[in-house]
Amino acid sequence: MSPAGRRASTLETSAAWLLALLWLAPLLYAFWAAFHPVEYATRFNPLAPVTLANFAKAWTYAPFARHFLNTVMLVTMILAAQLVLCTLAGYAFARFDFAGRDIAFGLVLVQLLIMPEVLIVENYRIMSRLGLVDTLLGIGLPYMASAFGIFLLRQTFKTVPRELEDAARVEGCSVLGVLWRVYVPLARPTYLAYGLVSVSYHWNNFLWPLIVTNTVETRPLTVGLAIFGAPESGVDWGVISAGTLMAVAPLLVAFVLFQRQFMQSFMQAGIK
Amino acid sequence: MKHVYGWLLLTPAAILLVGFTHYPAAATLVDSFFSTGTAIRPSRFIGFGNYALLAEDPIFWKVLGNNLWFALGTIPTSIALAILMAVWVNDRLPARALVRMAYFTPTVLPMIAVANIWLFFYTPQIGLVDQFRALFGAPSHNWLGDPGTVLACLMVMVIWKEAGFFMIFYLAALQSLPPELEEAAKIEGASRWHFFRRVMFPLLMPTTLFVLVNATINSFKLVDHLFILTKGGPDNASSLLLYYIYQVAFSFFDTAYASTLTVVLLALLAGLALVQFHLVEKRVHYR
Repeated sequence: MSPAGRRASTLETSAAWLLALLWLAPLLYAFWAAFHPVEYATRFNPLAPVTLANFAKAWTYAPFARHFLNTVMLVTMILAAQLVLCTLAGYAFARFDFAGRDIAFGLVLVQLLIMPEVLIVENYRIMSRLGLVDTLLGIGLPYMASAFGIFLLRQTFKTVPRELEDAARVEGCSVLGVLWRVYVPLARPTYLAYGLVSVSYHWNNFLWPLIVTNTVETRPLTVGLAIFGAPESGVDWGVISAGTLMAVAPLLVAFVLFQRQFMQSFMQAGIK
Repeated sequence: MKHVYGWLLLTPAAILLVGFTHYPAAATLVDSFFSTGTAIRPSRFIGFGNYALLAEDPIFWKVLGNNLWFALGTIPTSIALAILMAVWVNDRLPARALVRMAYFTPTVLPMIAVANIWLFFYTPQIGLVDQFRALFGAPSHNWLGDPGTVLACLMVMVIWKEAGFFMIFYLAALQSLPPELEEAAKIEGASRWHFFRRVMFPLLMPTTLFVLVNATINSFKLVDHLFILTKGGPDNASSLLLYYIYQVAFSFFDTAYASTLTVVLLALLAGLALVQFHLVEKRVHYR
């Protein structure tokens, strides 16, 4: 994002800062509640004792370690499968003039609209028929062939000069060899952008994992957090805040470190 | 050979796409014409029976209305805020990167975490909103338990969550506007507001249309927060179509009716996609 625009007036600067503070407030509040004893949950005394007890409690009240492991495995599995499947399909659409290509591409794009979470009823039925209810594979499978990924890689591959491919062919590269040696290295920025969006999406995804899992062994963080944070669980406020912060911490830290990259990736994902 | 290679490369993705998008979409449509089978009475063809039921179902109309109000209540405000944020962040503002990050942060948080945090704001008596009101002697109020306020409370939260996401599209659009425009306006002595209303806003129109359609599509898919905050209550006052589908399918186990509701959702999404497609065609003309 290039430096642009005029110098803001003092009034507008203050307004912009105020809005920024307002926008951070809920998160700052969660930090406050998580690091202080529950008596101070709504008493903002700068001298309030700081404690890590809420984090310790949250860690023991819910199987967070297991949820973390599940989410990491899930996100990794989905991304790995997406990268392979979308690369192959994107390459097919970008460089092979096969029969039925345009119709097939139109059918792929349908998934941009009908995401798996809209088809929860039928997809659950399919998963139970396949015996994949309550497995990580069951959560991930509907997302592995991602229309967005196919589309993004097709666009990227189309910009690769044909001469590079021809040169590689002359050197004796096979179809997959060309893909691996020429196209994949040139699409690295696209892979990074897509990877960020995919990881954040599946780290945060809730509805489908909720439906298809029913034991601790498979539940990802979001589902664990929902059960943990439900009002009827009777866990106190500081502990819920601590648990919530633990669940979002990895993504939040990554965002703070690579915010520019995050925003650009999310924008590409939106524009499609 | 190109046919063979093309299809071979496509096959793995195609199998999964057909299996988890096209087939279930078609099966949903078929199921909507059958009754839900039980152990005693197997599923049978009932034509438009489920649709007749749907037309008579007050909860269906209620949640559809909620979806509409929710979209009307969140999208224009989010867009207005997004434009404001983008204009500010596009200016040379002290600590600009920090401000931009603050606006965007809610976008990267999962809805479940957001709902967990906001739940405490709205909790009667001990929650932050009530504590703040107590300073002025206002009585405590059950924000999420009152059908009159629950939807508004959820809207505020969703606006907070989404405005920063829309901001990045406006930011990109603003950065593609030629800087001469603003200089010319300045020489002409146009006020900042006048410049915004007559020059900037019309030029941002394609972005606004794009964001509008995408936000509407999103508003049908966004239900995670209901699981934490209200469970659709009180008395379905905050329920949305997708949440109702979930309840019908997985709490009431009426899968045929859930399929019928899903068909309605799919039809709505398809309609929006047509609008979007039309807009994209138009946008090409602008250039």
